[in-house]
Amino acid sequence: MNIVVCIKQTFDTEAKIVLDGSGKIDSNGVNLIINPYDEFAIEEGIKLKEKFGGEVTVVSMGSSRAAEALRTALAMGADKAVLVSDPALDGADEWAAAEVLATAVSSLSYDVVLAGRIAIDDGSSQVAVRLAEKLNIPSVSSVLKLDIDGSNATATREIDGGTEVIALTLPAVFTAQKGLNEPRYPSVAGIMKAKKKELKTLSLADLGLSGSEIAAKMKVEKFSLPAARQAGRKLDGDAAQAARELARLLREEAKVL
Amino acid sequence: MAKGIWIIIEQRNGQIRKVSLELLSQGRLIADQAGENLVAVILGQNIEGLGGEVASYGADKVILVEDDKLAEYTTGAYTSVLNQLIRKDEPQAVLIGNTAVGKDLAPRLAQRLGVGMASDCTGMEYDANSFLTFKRPVYAGKAFAHIVSQARPIVASIRPNTFPVAAADSSRQAEVVKADTQIDPADLKAIVKEVAIAASKRPELTEANIIVSGGRGMKGPENFGILEELADVIGAAVGASRAAVDSGWREHKFQVGQTGKTVSPTLYIACGISGAIQHLAGMGSSKFIVAVNKDPEANIFNVADYGIVGDLFEVVPLLKEEFKKLVNQ
Repeated sequence: MNIVVCIKQTFDTEAKIVLDGSGKIDSNGVNLIINPYDEFAIEEGIKLKEKFGGEVTVVSMGSSRAAEALRTALAMGADKAVLVSDPALDGADEWAAAEVLATAVSSLSYDVVLAGRIAIDDGSSQVAVRLAEKLNIPSVSSVLKLDIDGSNATATREIDGGTEVIALTLPAVFTAQKGLNEPRYPSVAGIMKAKKKELKTLSLADLGLSGSEIAAKMKVEKFSLPAARQAGRKLDGDAAQAARELARLLREEAKVL
Repeated sequence: MAKGIWIIIEQRNGQIRKVSLELLSQGRLIADQAGENLVAVILGQNIEGLGGEVASYGADKVILVEDDKLAEYTTGAYTSVLNQLIRKDEPQAVLIGNTAVGKDLAPRLAQRLGVGMASDCTGMEYDANSFLTFKRPVYAGKAFAHIVSQARPIVASIRPNTFPVAAADSSRQAEVVKADTQIDPADLKAIVKEVAIAASKRPELTEANIIVSGGRGMKGPENFGILEELADVIGAAVGASRAAVDSGWREHKFQVGQTGKTVSPTLYIACGISGAIQHLAGMGSSKFIVAVNKDPEANIFNVADYGIVGDLFEVVPLLKEEFKKLVNQ
C-alpha cells in the first residue's frame, strides 16, 4: 500500500502574531512546527505502512525552511519526501495550493492520501478536500478512526454533535482529527536514517506549471489585528457578594442573561 | 440582471440549523443593498415543508432538491447536485455555515467550480466593486485576513454565531422551485453507513450562545459536574481548555482554542483557566467574557469583562444559585 501524506509547516501555537512594515504577517523569529493535525496524518500513514507494507511519501509546499518539517516526518518513519518550493507560490490561495499539490501527488503512486483536517495558520480546511476533487477521488474529513481491508476503507468521522461512519473504496483522501492516533516522536536512530532518505525539491517549472497558471482566485486586501480587549473589572467582596454582583451585571449591564 | 445570493440551508430531520437562519438574515440585508434576489437551497428528503420557514427569514426563492439519495449528507452527491444548480443559474455568491458539512462541502464545490473560497468568515459586507468582502480569522483569531474573490461565483463559509437571526415574518412569500438534478453512481463512491449523534441536552459548542468552560483549575474530571450544573441553569454548552483535555479530563471535541474549537458566544465563562495565548485565540471573539480564577495575576483577567478572584469551587455553586434566581424571575 502506498501512502502520500501532505503536510504544512506552520507557526508554533504559542507564537504571537505581529504585522511587518508592509502589513503582512511577520514570520521573523517565529518558531516553526509541523501543523499539529498533520502529525496525526503522518502517524496514520506510518501505521498503515507497518501493517500493509508499501511506502510513505510526505509532500509539502512552502519555503525552503519547510524541508525541516519534511525531515522530521522522515525521522518519524516516512520513506521519502517532496518539497514544492517556488517564489511564484508566494500568495498562493487554497485553489492554487490544491492545483500544485495535485500535480505533485499525481506523479506518485498512492492508495491513501492523508492530511491534517485543518492548518492552524490560515485555518481554512480547504486544501485536502480540494486535492481529492482535483485527483477525482473521494475524501473523508475529520477522521477519528480508519480501517482498511483490501481496497475498502471504513472511516469514522467527527460531525457536529456526534460521529458518522463512511464506507468507500480506495484510493481516497482522509483528513486527520485529533484522536485518530498518538503521533510518535522521532527516535535518534530515526533522525540519523532520515538524513539519508530522499528529499526532492521541485520548482513549479519542474511540475510543468507556470506562475500565471496558478494565479490566486482570492485576493488578500489586508491583514488586521484584533482590537485589544480591555481588561474589565474585578468584582469586590466575598464570593457570595461577587456572585450576586456578577448576576446583576450580566442582566442589567451586559444584558446577556 | 440579478443572479442571486444563494444560502445553502443545512437541515437534519427537517430541523433547520441556526447558522442557516443567521445566513438568511444577513443575506437578506445584503440582497437589499445589492438589489439581488436571496435564494435558499435545500437538499434532502422530506424537505418540502421547509419552504415557508426559509421564506419567513427572507428568502425570495427556494430551490428544493428532494431525493432519497440526499437523505444523509454525502460529499459526492451534494457537490454534484449543487454544481449542476450553480452552473445553470450562475449566482453571484454561494454561502454556507462553517459546520462539519460546510467545511467538507464548500471546498470541494469551489474546486469543481474552479473558484476560490473564503472559509470560516466572521465578517461579510456588501461592496460595490467586489460584491462581498470577507473578514476571516487566521492563526485562530490572533489576526484577521480581509479578502475578496476575483472569480464568480463567490463561495464562502461563515462561522456560526457571526450574525444575529432576524425575526421571522410569516407573511413573507417565496417562489418555490423543485429542481431536477442528476445523481450518478460516481457521485456515491463514499456512503454513510451509520450516524451517531451523542444524546446531549446541551447546545453544540460552536453554536452555543453561552459557554461555561473549565481548565486546569478544575483539578480533575469529576469536578466538571459543577460546571455542567451551572451550564444547565442557563442553557449553556460546556467547554474545556487544552490543559483539561490533555490531562484526559474532557474529550477533545469539547476543547476550545487554537487546536480545538473556535467559538464566539455571547457569553463565555472561564473557570480555572489561566488564559494561555492558544486558548484566548479560540474564544477571544466572545462578546462578554467572565473569568473565575484564584490567581489575581492570571492572564485571563486581562481579557475578561468581569472577573472574580476566588476559589471556583466556592464561586461556581453560588453563581448557579444566583443565575437560577435570574432565570426564574
